[in-house]
This record gives sequence, structure tokens and C-alpha cells, in this order.
Amino acid sequence: MNQDLLERTSARPAATRAYIVDCDVHITARSAADLYPWLPARWRQHVEAIGPHVRGGLYNQEPHPRMMARGMRADAYPEEGGPPGCSLPLLQKQHLDPNGIAFGMLIALGRGIFEERNQHFAEALSTAINDWQAERWVDQDRRLVAAIIVPQEDAEFAAAEIERRAPDARFKQILLSPKAQEPLGRKRYWPIYAAAERAGLPVAFHPAAMGGGHPSAGAGWPTYYLEEHNTFGTIMQGVLTSMIFEGVFERFPNLKVVSVEGGFTWAPSLSWRMDKHWSRLRTEVPHVPKPPSEYLRRNVWFTTQPMEETRKQAQLRDVIDWLGWDRLMFSSDYPHWDFDDPRYAFKIQLSDEERRKVFSGNAKELYGLP
Amino acid sequence: MKLPFRGAVDCDIHPAAPPMSALLPYMKEYWRDQLHNRHIDRFGFTMTSNNPLLPIHGRPDWKPKGGVPGSDMAMLLSQALDAFGTDYAICNIIHGAVALFNGDMASSILGAFNDWVAKELLPTDRRLRGSIVVSLQDPKLAVAEIERLAGNPDFVQILLPSLGEMPIGRRIYWPVFEAAARAGLPVCLHAGGLYRQAPMGNGWPSYFVEDYVTQSTGFEGALVSLLAEGVFQKFPDLTFVLAETGATWLPPFLWRQDKMWLGVRTELPWIDRIPREIICERVRLTLQPFDAPSDPTLVGRVLDHFGTDEILLFSTDYPHWHFDGEDVIPDGFSPELIRKIAIDNPYATYRRIQKPHIATPAASELSA
Repeated sequence: MNQDLLERTSARPAATRAYIVDCDVHITARSAADLYPWLPARWRQHVEAIGPHVRGGLYNQEPHPRMMARGMRADAYPEEGGPPGCSLPLLQKQHLDPNGIAFGMLIALGRGIFEERNQHFAEALSTAINDWQAERWVDQDRRLVAAIIVPQEDAEFAAAEIERRAPDARFKQILLSPKAQEPLGRKRYWPIYAAAERAGLPVAFHPAAMGGGHPSAGAGWPTYYLEEHNTFGTIMQGVLTSMIFEGVFERFPNLKVVSVEGGFTWAPSLSWRMDKHWSRLRTEVPHVPKPPSEYLRRNVWFTTQPMEETRKQAQLRDVIDWLGWDRLMFSSDYPHWDFDDPRYAFKIQLSDEERRKVFSGNAKELYGLP
Repeated sequence: MKLPFRGAVDCDIHPAAPPMSALLPYMKEYWRDQLHNRHIDRFGFTMTSNNPLLPIHGRPDWKPKGGVPGSDMAMLLSQALDAFGTDYAICNIIHGAVALFNGDMASSILGAFNDWVAKELLPTDRRLRGSIVVSLQDPKLAVAEIERLAGNPDFVQILLPSLGEMPIGRRIYWPVFEAAARAGLPVCLHAGGLYRQAPMGNGWPSYFVEDYVTQSTGFEGALVSLLAEGVFQKFPDLTFVLAETGATWLPPFLWRQDKMWLGVRTELPWIDRIPREIICERVRLTLQPFDAPSDPTLVGRVLDHFGTDEILLFSTDYPHWHFDGEDVIPDGFSPELIRKIAIDNPYATYRRIQKPHIATPAASELSA
């Protein structure tokens, strides 16, 4: 799975005819020093004298270590050093050019701002990362667009940062970790959603904060990476459950949510279960007047990677038919180990119309891309 | 729709837990004194996840005039068994003592509770079967309790809450699985939790309805833990029953595990074949609350996603309110599948339950 994709790619037919929007492209700073031009002296000093203080047992690697190359494509390490995702030329050469990526949504997870306990530090870092990705990435390649990174625990700051960036067309959405200190439908996070709705920017959730202050599964802390990886899906289910039952989509009916890298075949089942229990317990949630599945189908989009693979091909079609072909958006997760190549991600036959929607149309419409 | 025949095995019904006063006679003097002097016996052990006030926990026509749902045994026998022509029903009584931190106190109360079930509840009707309830605070005490009661054929499984102190596959719990396997008893993980941590990985939700909806994510965590830790390989004869979880979450879970395992299998060299095969052989899910819409075409497609007719076990989840009248079977289930889930699968799962000698109808007779 993690072979030398670069070499294999050269042996393949060119895919230059493709017009693809990739909704999950990861970039990271080579080191914290990359951010120094946008980080005040007080925080540059903090980086060097104190460093990260995260909600987790390890701060320089994952407590569920990845299976290979620290969760990266082994061929995505730049020759000149630094982590995968720190080199624009390599991103262009390995992914944007050969795979016909017309737009790539940057998901800059690095530097641990979602887990940082020192909120002032997290805020300074998020501002610096936003400046850095705009100037060092989006300005350098017109195919790239960025997500505004905000530390969600200080919703007031986050809302102000969103407002400040919203007029800047380089930013097309807001990025949050699905694993916050509290379930993300709770009122403390509503200023973020108010700002997002006002700015007309979708809010994307991408698995990020590994610590989060509480076990990643209701069953307790997993032992193995296989288990931890499953929580990417269950935590996304928790985000949607919380947002729907707290009434977020009643209060902010035009808010758009994107579930990135959380899977999507669970969404019909989740919707049915929500509707079933809501029908019995609606006296508890009178602020949720519609069946929960209506909010999910109205306000939520899903990205494809890691592509779901059903037992029989027709079963994947069952799932997408229920979700709606206008809700699914291609993502590659470059440069991570489980990168999906746009040519091979779907094992089912798609009609031209379905292909256009999933690989570009839905994202273009959602993000207002040209 | 209704069950089209008699003779089903109902794999999940809920008589109410007895008052503490009923358990004191089964306890040692020290614990009787402790419970009395500390006023512990004045209150029940009602789990947050089993709040009897909630509409979902008592179907309106299944609520006794006085007392909590499931507390009137005559009513239960008539409504949960007679009404469905049930041959056997497995009593999963939720006892909150499992949530105590003091493992000695928990095992004393649950020991008395299991004795009460054996001596006072199960003898009230020959169709009732019981579950041994244990606390996992001290796995050694749980093993001793299983060994103490395993000789009683009326107990047909071990009952645990689905969300415990830590993921259920952890090696610290393996002695309990070993004792269950030795006794030939399946382990049933029932919806509900100790709430040692938030019931979902996102933190504490505000509403009961969120707890209910995300129970299935807790079951995903339990199941992937059993899989990843190698419990299915270590205990090849042990069956796990997941009760009151809903069911439609399972196919997407299996698709995901199959794919992930291919990618990360070097982490778990003891998993010797594709997860779907292991789980479909070793795990069973009770029917209610069935979490698909009422459209029979859609139900048919979801059933196709399971890829097996052996995984579901019939249950009413009495007295919980998941369906009305006697329409316990979702529309879209074929007569052959109903026979599998109501008769064949339960008897294959619970080997201790002897099929009555009265002939049950063949599948061909059921289509009528």
C-alpha cells in the first residue's frame, strides 16, 4: 500500500484530462521556525523556551503509532529533509500535476493547536498558520485554497479570527477538530458557527486532536491503531449527533458542515437511529422540531477518503443513493499513507454525471470555486 | 409485522431489578450491616443509562399501574411471552451495582442478586432463563461468581454493560472470558454504561437521546477492541451477544474493519482472516431496537448488507418501547429469515437452552 507511488505513477497513463477538486490535502511547516515571520517575539520565545503543552501523553508522536513512515507515504519525504507536506514543489510534482488537481483544499493540521492547553499560544499559532498558508502556499499556486485554522476552545477568539479572514478569498472554509473539550454542538462553540454562517463559509471537521482530554471511544482508550482509526468514524458520528440534538442547525439553518476523513457509509444508519430515538424522546429536545435525518441531509457534506469499500459494489451505491450524490466530495489525504488515487478510489462504475459531481461539482458549488 | 409462528426464543427482556430489601437475606452479615448503616439499602441502583422515567423505557401499555416497567411479573409473562407465543425468554436484568467502584461491595450485592434471580425469579415460569451479572472491578471475583453459578442450567449467559472501565477486549478481562468459555456461556454486552468516561468520544453529551444514538459507537469500540486484542482467537468457542444496540451500524463497521485490517494487519498478526468472517461467526446482535426506517424495500437492502442470516437474534426488548402492538418484526424480513432469527440462531447461540419436543413449523409452512 505504501509503495513508491512516484515511481509507479510514471508508468501510468497521464491523467491530465481530469478536472478534480481534492478536499483534503495536508501541508505542514518544516519546523516551528517556518512560522516565525508571523509569530510575535513573545511567542517565538515561547516556542523555544517552553514548547507545546498538549492534552495527551506524548507531544512529539502519536500514542497509537502509525503502521509505516509515521502515517505518511514513504515517498512523500522531501529529499532536502523535513516532514511530508512541507514542500510545495513535491506536492505539485507528486500530486497536483499528475492527478489533474484543479483545486486542492489545504488542511494544515500541524503544530497541535487543537490540543494545546495554553490558549494564548494556540491563538498565536493559529493566526501564524493562517498567514503562513495564505502566503507560502495559496499565493504560490493558484490551485490551492485554504481552511481557516481556529482553536475552538476560545470561541470568541475563533469567531474574531474567522471574521478577520472571511473577506480574504484565499480561505474557503473553517477547520475544527472533531474532538474538542466538549461535544461540538454545545453552546460554548456557537459563536464559531454564528461567524461561519455570517461569512458563508462551511465548517470542516478533520480528525486531529488525539488527546482531547477524554477517551476517544465511549468504550475507553483503545490499545491499537486499528481501534484508534475506527474512532475517526465514531467521533464524526458524535459531532453530528451533538450538533443536531443541540439544535445548532435550527439556530444556524444555513451552516454547512463538512465531515473530512470520517467515512460516510455509517451516515444512513446514524440518521435512522437518530430518527428512531428522537421519535420516542422528542419531549427532551423540543428545540429539534424536525426528524434529525433532515438536518443531516440538508446541512452536511462528506469527503471520500479513506474510500469505503463495501462487500458488494451495489451496496456502496445503496449508501450514496440514500445520502445523495450531491453530498459526497473526493479527497485524497495526500501525503498520508492511506492516500486515495483519484483514478482508483471508486471501484464502482460511476455515470459521467455522478463522476462530475463527486470529483468536482459538489465541492465547486459548496466552496464557490470558479 | 407479527411473528408468524409460535416457539420463538426472545433473547432480551427486562424484568425490573428487585428492591434491595429482597437481596439482603442473600448477603453476609458484614454487608447487610454496611448497606443498612450507610443507608445504601434505602435506594435502588438505577443506572443513568437505564432511567425508568424515559418514554423509551416503558411502552405505555406495558407499564404497570404501580412500580416501574417490568416489575409486575404476571403482566410481563402475559405481555412479553404469551402474546408472542414465546418458548423461552432471556432475562437481562439491569442492576446498577455494576457501576460501584468498590468491587467487593459490587460483588456482594450482585452475588445476592444472582441468587435472587435463580431462586425467586426464574422459578416463576419454566420459559424464563437468566443471565449472570458480574462486576469487572475485580476480574477474579467475577470469575469466582461465574464458577459458583455455572452449574445452574437456568443461567444461559454472562451479562456485562457495553461501556465499562476500559475497552472490553483488554487482557485484564481475559480470565472472565476464560471462565465463560469453560462454562459454555456466551458473554452478552448490553447497551448501557458505567459512565467512567463520556459515552461518546467527543465528551459528555447534553441529552439522553444523544446517549441512545451514540450507544452504537460504544459498541463499535467494544467490538473493535475484542477484534484487535485477539479475544476471538484466544477464546475460539466464546460467543459475544450485543444486546439492544440497533443493528444497521454493523455492515458499515464491517466494511471499514475489512479495509483497515488489510492496511494495518502487521500490527495485529494474530488476526488470521478478514474481520467480517470472524465477527459474523462469533458475534450476535439482538433485534430490537431495529434502527432502519419502516420502508420494507430499504429494510431488504440493509439486510443484504449484512451478508449473513445468522447474526440477528429475535428480541422484543420488553418493556422498552420500540414498536407498537405485536408488530415486533420489521417489514421486509422474509419468512425464512424470521425463522432463523427467532428459532435457529438463538438455539445455536444458547446451547444450554433445550428446544421443546413440540415440532416447530418448517419454513415452507410459514409463507402462508
